[in-house]
Amino acid sequence: MSATLQPLDVTAIRRDFPLLSRVLSGKPVVYLDSAVSGQMPLCAIERMAKYERDEHTNVHRGVSTLSQQATDSYEAAREKVRRFLGAASVREIVWTRGTTEAINLVAQTFGRKVVQAGDEILVSAMEHHANIVPWQMLAQEKGATLKVIPITDDGELILESLDELITERTKLLAVTHVSNVLGTVNPIKEIIARAHAKGVPVLVDGAQAVPHLKVDVQDLDADFYVFSGHKLSGPTGIGALYGKLAHLEAMPPWHGGGNMIRSVTWEKTTYMAAPGKFEAGTPPIAAAIGLGAALDYLTNLGLDRIAAQEHDLLVYATERLERIPGLHILGKARDKASVISFVVEGIHPHDMGSLLDGEGVVIRAGHHCAQPLMARYNVPATTRASFAYFNTREDIDVLVSAVEKAIELFK
Amino acid sequence: MTDPRELYQQVILEHNKKPRNFGKLDPCTHHAEGHNPLCGDQLELSLVIENGVVADIKFQGSGCAIDVASASLMTGIVKGKPVAEAEAMIEQFRGMVRGELDPATQAPLLGRLTLFSGVKDLPSRVKCAILPWATLHAALRGEEEASTE
Ligand SMILES: Cc1ncc(COP(=O)(O)O)c(C=O)c1O
Repeated sequence: MSATLQPLDVTAIRRDFPLLSRVLSGKPVVYLDSAVSGQMPLCAIERMAKYERDEHTNVHRGVSTLSQQATDSYEAAREKVRRFLGAASVREIVWTRGTTEAINLVAQTFGRKVVQAGDEILVSAMEHHANIVPWQMLAQEKGATLKVIPITDDGELILESLDELITERTKLLAVTHVSNVLGTVNPIKEIIARAHAKGVPVLVDGAQAVPHLKVDVQDLDADFYVFSGHKLSGPTGIGALYGKLAHLEAMPPWHGGGNMIRSVTWEKTTYMAAPGKFEAGTPPIAAAIGLGAALDYLTNLGLDRIAAQEHDLLVYATERLERIPGLHILGKARDKASVISFVVEGIHPHDMGSLLDGEGVVIRAGHHCAQPLMARYNVPATTRASFAYFNTREDIDVLVSAVEKAIELFK
Repeated sequence: MTDPRELYQQVILEHNKKPRNFGKLDPCTHHAEGHNPLCGDQLELSLVIENGVVADIKFQGSGCAIDVASASLMTGIVKGKPVAEAEAMIEQFRGMVRGELDPATQAPLLGRLTLFSGVKDLPSRVKCAILPWATLHAALRGEEEASTE
């Protein structure tokens, strides 16, 4: 990080998040669960409320001034997503309900077209179920196989295996940018270059990456890049699929209905150009506009300053947690986002979760929708703390003493 | 109860650390596996039932402290009891941890197992406490699998 980077004013930032001053079970909330869902800043909440109060109607509905204004705000949010991802054209941004829906869209349009019996789809050992199950379903439907890039004990992809794993039958590589369990930041640019060298297109699951690091889909040369608004300080129910225009244009539509058509007769329906042909029905308009406001908020804070603050928290928390006897951190990649999974000898993660909850510390205990990864580490579940730009070292101190208290109880 | 620490009393912590009746009966007359998809808790029960009485019972598996202590205490309390009484205990335990029965007056068969009544205030953990009982219920009815899904 550059030495001249002005640190974030975290005290001021925290005032933008009303939930952070709540009291739960008699304790002030310490929110260390942004990997599950990020908190929304007030400006985004208020922008959504304003839409519902003063501007509510539908989009792409002809001549009314109100509808035109709603359409403008909604499309302006799409442009904000384009800029945020560094895409070349706004036509490459498809609204979806989130990461899961975006991956299913690609699997059932692009995937169905390019994958045939005997082909292979490549994923990694650290994928979220959202980037496993849609491919497994497709493989089953087509008689294709799913292959898996293995990881080291430290939680890094074993890239040497790529040469062997990518064959002439590989039709798609789907890989996460940042692991939601291990925090590992994968060298996506290199992976994409190596896949492309063998003619294999790549879908990147960016759900856990966009909140922490600056993404430029053109620089990465990603074929598809997907994320969820709610992990990015935005609302639930909205997310996006970035796809290279050439892919989107060649793909068949997915859901049929209103909005995605050019003309309908009993004989034949013609479809909108991308992204319209993938957007059947009335979208979550307020959510899209709210996400746009959240992106403005993050851009104003500065993604490099956000990254610096989160990195400081990651280093501090790692140091403090590592000193606790019996506690083991899963995921020790050299390049990590601010996510820490751990297990404590003799204490099941769900017991730890309940005890931390009683201290007001909000974390996630479970399999994190990554059961194959849990099996890889031979644990049923982990406890996971994740840090955002509004968190402080004091939050981590509360976490550490709550963990120590739980260990003391279980002695 | 707002503090989960009240649930993690000595009895529960101690049974978690040293579960009673741990293992597997072979041969057995009744057997079932229980699974809690949310937590990944797994439990296997084996029983020997003679003349309508639970002559012996063992469990094995892995789970959280609530689950393991519940299994340990359950196997202890049903051993030597008629099957009909064990069934009635299952009903009382379920009702109690769901907050439908008053542990002081409506769960006479459970004895000190009423210490699990606090689970009702941790809705995400109710299934952990119930898993051994749901598995026992399945085993007694001759079903091989129970799930708290
Ligand atoms: C890496 C990763 N991929 C996909 C998802 C699924 O996101 P959503 O449920 O918003 O579709 C998540 C969310 O937990 C995630 O962390």
